[in-house]
Amino acid sequence: MIIGEQKPVEEIKNMLGDAQRILVLGCGTCVAVCMAGGEKEAALLATALRMATKLDGQEKEIRDYTVQRQCEFEYNENAAELIEWADLIVSIACGIGVQTVNEQFPAKRTVPGLNTTFLGRPDTQGIWVERCQACGNCVLDLTGGVCPIARCAKSLLNGPCGGSQNGKCEVNAETDCAWQLIFDRLSALGMVDLLMENQPPKDWSTSRDGGLRKIVREDMQL
Amino acid sequence: MNTTFEPQITAFTCRYCGGVPADMAGSRHLAYPPNIKIIALPCTGKVDAQYLLSAFEQGADGVCIFACDPDNCHHISGSKRAAKRVAFVQSLLQQIGFEPERLEIFHMGLGQAEEFVCIIENMTARIRELGPNPLR
Repeated sequence: MIIGEQKPVEEIKNMLGDAQRILVLGCGTCVAVCMAGGEKEAALLATALRMATKLDGQEKEIRDYTVQRQCEFEYNENAAELIEWADLIVSIACGIGVQTVNEQFPAKRTVPGLNTTFLGRPDTQGIWVERCQACGNCVLDLTGGVCPIARCAKSLLNGPCGGSQNGKCEVNAETDCAWQLIFDRLSALGMVDLLMENQPPKDWSTSRDGGLRKIVREDMQL
Repeated sequence: MNTTFEPQITAFTCRYCGGVPADMAGSRHLAYPPNIKIIALPCTGKVDAQYLLSAFEQGADGVCIFACDPDNCHHISGSKRAAKRVAFVQSLLQQIGFEPERLEIFHMGLGQAEEFVCIIENMTARIRELGPNPLR
């Protein structure tokens, strides 16, 4: 899932400008799971912004609403009336949601209340960890389910660098060396021979480096 | 210090170690300032960050929570959750421009009626010193 973190209240408040009617628009999917942009967070942010702007002597009318998934036009239709009412929308969805609302309602300005940070999963309660970088060519079958692109600081494909010490990465002593994890996992699976096969330099054209990506499924198109 | 200002303090309590001291103070006729409004919840783990912030938005000068000891919560981890939420909202209050000292959590034992009275007196004095809710 996409993980995000709410921007500081001060930063969001500075985006409000002269707008008098503001809608804080939440999203009920990824950002709700990481407790950054869901229904509760939207209500809390709206309260905080009302208080902060009133304290500044610039009282504004601020409402909140949350759609199921802000990256799809059909869900955002449920918010259309409130979006029409608003002078400015503060979206606390991920960057995709912010852009979708801007594209769907181009007459309105939608600004981001969240920093979209990474693709990952919940670890323990209150902690989310990065696991994927959407490189477009998944090699998890060769690495025992541990991603060398996301979890290795150097995205190496053929084993650890010289900085791997005691199973930890030289970039951050708290970070596990991905290649130690890969080796341990493949050993446990009895598949460590997979590491004897050299992987060629990665073709990054499938990743962001190849430009804006798009998938077309002709069988799904009407 | 504004001597004419009487603070309005909202207090969330649980029905165990947080709330029983308040009941005891009442049944033992211990006088305490009338400045607090008590909202009793089954457990302080029910206190959402929204409740705390909304109390301030609606005009409370101070907000406090009376909770069980973190290692002795009747519902295991309710008072720990409440403590975390208080810390979070204190940081939010600071971002908004409020004094975070307007909000506090107090962990109580069942029989601590006198302590309850003392805390209310101190909290009232603290809020009186800080002045009215800046939004009023």
